[in-house]
Amino acid sequence: MVRRVTSSPLTMLGLFIVLIILIAALFAPAIATHSPTEVDLVSKLEAPSAEHYFGTDEVGRDIYSRIVYGTRISLRIGLLVVLIAFPIGTILGAIAGYAGGRIDQVIMRITDIFLSFPGIILAMSIAAALGPSIDNVMLALAATWWPWYTRIVRSSVMSIKHSEFIEASRALGANPFRILFKEVIPNSIAPATIQASLDLGFVILSAAGLSFIGLGAQPPSPEWGAMLSNSREILREAWWAATFPGLAILFTVLGFNLLGDGLNDLMDPKQR
Amino acid sequence: MDALRFIGKRLLLMIPILIGISILTFAISNTIPGDPARLILGPKATPEGLEALREDMGLNDPLYVQYGNYMAGIFQGDLGKSTYSQRPVVDDLLRYSPATFELTMFAMFITLVVGIPFGVISASRKDRIADQFTRIFALIGVAMPAFWLGLLLLLFFYLKLGVLPGSGRLDGGMSPPEYITGMYTVDALLTGNWPVLYAAVMHMILPGITLAAVTVGMITRMTRSSMLTVLQSDYIRTAFAKGAPENRVLYGHALRNGIMPVITLLGMAFGHALGGSVLVEAVFSWPGLGQYAVNAINYLDFPAVMGVTLLIAVMFIIVNLIVDTLYFFIDPRLKHN
Repeated sequence: MVRRVTSSPLTMLGLFIVLIILIAALFAPAIATHSPTEVDLVSKLEAPSAEHYFGTDEVGRDIYSRIVYGTRISLRIGLLVVLIAFPIGTILGAIAGYAGGRIDQVIMRITDIFLSFPGIILAMSIAAALGPSIDNVMLALAATWWPWYTRIVRSSVMSIKHSEFIEASRALGANPFRILFKEVIPNSIAPATIQASLDLGFVILSAAGLSFIGLGAQPPSPEWGAMLSNSREILREAWWAATFPGLAILFTVLGFNLLGDGLNDLMDPKQR
Repeated sequence: MDALRFIGKRLLLMIPILIGISILTFAISNTIPGDPARLILGPKATPEGLEALREDMGLNDPLYVQYGNYMAGIFQGDLGKSTYSQRPVVDDLLRYSPATFELTMFAMFITLVVGIPFGVISASRKDRIADQFTRIFALIGVAMPAFWLGLLLLLFFYLKLGVLPGSGRLDGGMSPPEYITGMYTVDALLTGNWPVLYAAVMHMILPGITLAAVTVGMITRMTRSSMLTVLQSDYIRTAFAKGAPENRVLYGHALRNGIMPVITLLGMAFGHALGGSVLVEAVFSWPGLGQYAVNAINYLDFPAVMGVTLLIAVMFIIVNLIVDTLYFFIDPRLKHN
């Protein structure tokens, strides 16, 4: 399995990018060259240089250091949203698939309703209702993300629910919840887990979008979407302020996508 | 006849979804922290004044009564009043939706004419330079924040080169064409107003490309993978073996059979573009639903935000209905089932 991962250059690239981001987040104080929030009006709007790798913004904050610290915010958003949405979606999907009948109908119709909104629009209205803050954006994204896991888990549960090992524990008289949590979920969770690794990137992308329109991180937080939003005011004077935070988002999402795609191919028997 | 029955069935299935959507938007409206009455009257409101307004707005009624009133309002075309524009939300939605619809349709047009050929070329030259190039292009398209691409395009083509306009739907001082659909390109075309048509198209190029970047990536990837499966079939090998020209085999035989998953994804891509328009319109000051929603968010204008949410969800559902119907006409198996 390890050899199959290392033999795909794109998966390796994804892994490499994700590792860089993890390192940047963990050791941000050591990697950053300046404070991410310290205002320095003397050196405002400076172009990229040896002193400021990615230049400075309109109040002289070092963009490189802000991006490094921003990895912490983005990773936290990605992880927390998936950690909230994944269990909710998984449990509902497993119940729907295993119970069938009316319970299945009800759960899946609710799922359909959530999926009939374009994701970012539903998240936008929930975040707007809760009030602008990064935590509310996470809640809003989790509230729009769980139905995908419900669908995936339900279909994999349907495919295993008549397997012998599940029939066996039912015959032994195990209670339904025990079967659900000990047998059904552990054996049907793999595809959803891969989806979750892909979603880390897309969650970060969506959160940046919501911050861009003023719903998420508030200034002076070094969140990438908020930095881009801010850069609009100085687009003419400072191309670097608009360029580098976007590149950071692009590489992060690309990293998680490549890694997720690689894992997906690995699990897909057709590709083997 | 079968087609009518098929569409009728789909329409019936829409009803529970629409009810569900209304319940969900109503639930979201009710999670606003704080008291809407206080929000309207401000900090100097007297307790009596607040109570009177709450009673007046029906905030003291039980939730199911409030939901009933909300639904009754929707059916009468009443989505409340925008606290920012001071106009009924429905009027604002009618005013801003043609711009969004026009831009989204333009982006979908770009998506089709770029995404499908890219996918076909990529699949037919699997693992060669053209394929590698398209795959990287599609990967970046999907992973890129569209609003960032918008900023870069604005920076380069508008601020640096000055070859394309950077904001709005028409040049400054130009008056819009006679109102027919509200979509400037269509209206200008219908009334033969060529200078306005030219300006309207020029203004759509940058936001259109920005909005299409992600969906082109989605459609390219799907076309490629679907075509790869089809190209392995026996009848394709036969077609090549009997010496049929490559383009005919690719576009005549293979694409016809490989297009199904792409069409299914088209509905999702449209939804994605509608959602993305919120961000892209903010970048290009495009006066559509997205910019309206972003302004509404900044002014805590909640009825307006919910109006946009509801309208976009309904547009998304209708597009999916159209896609389903297309599917029915393209796939002969469905007709005989």
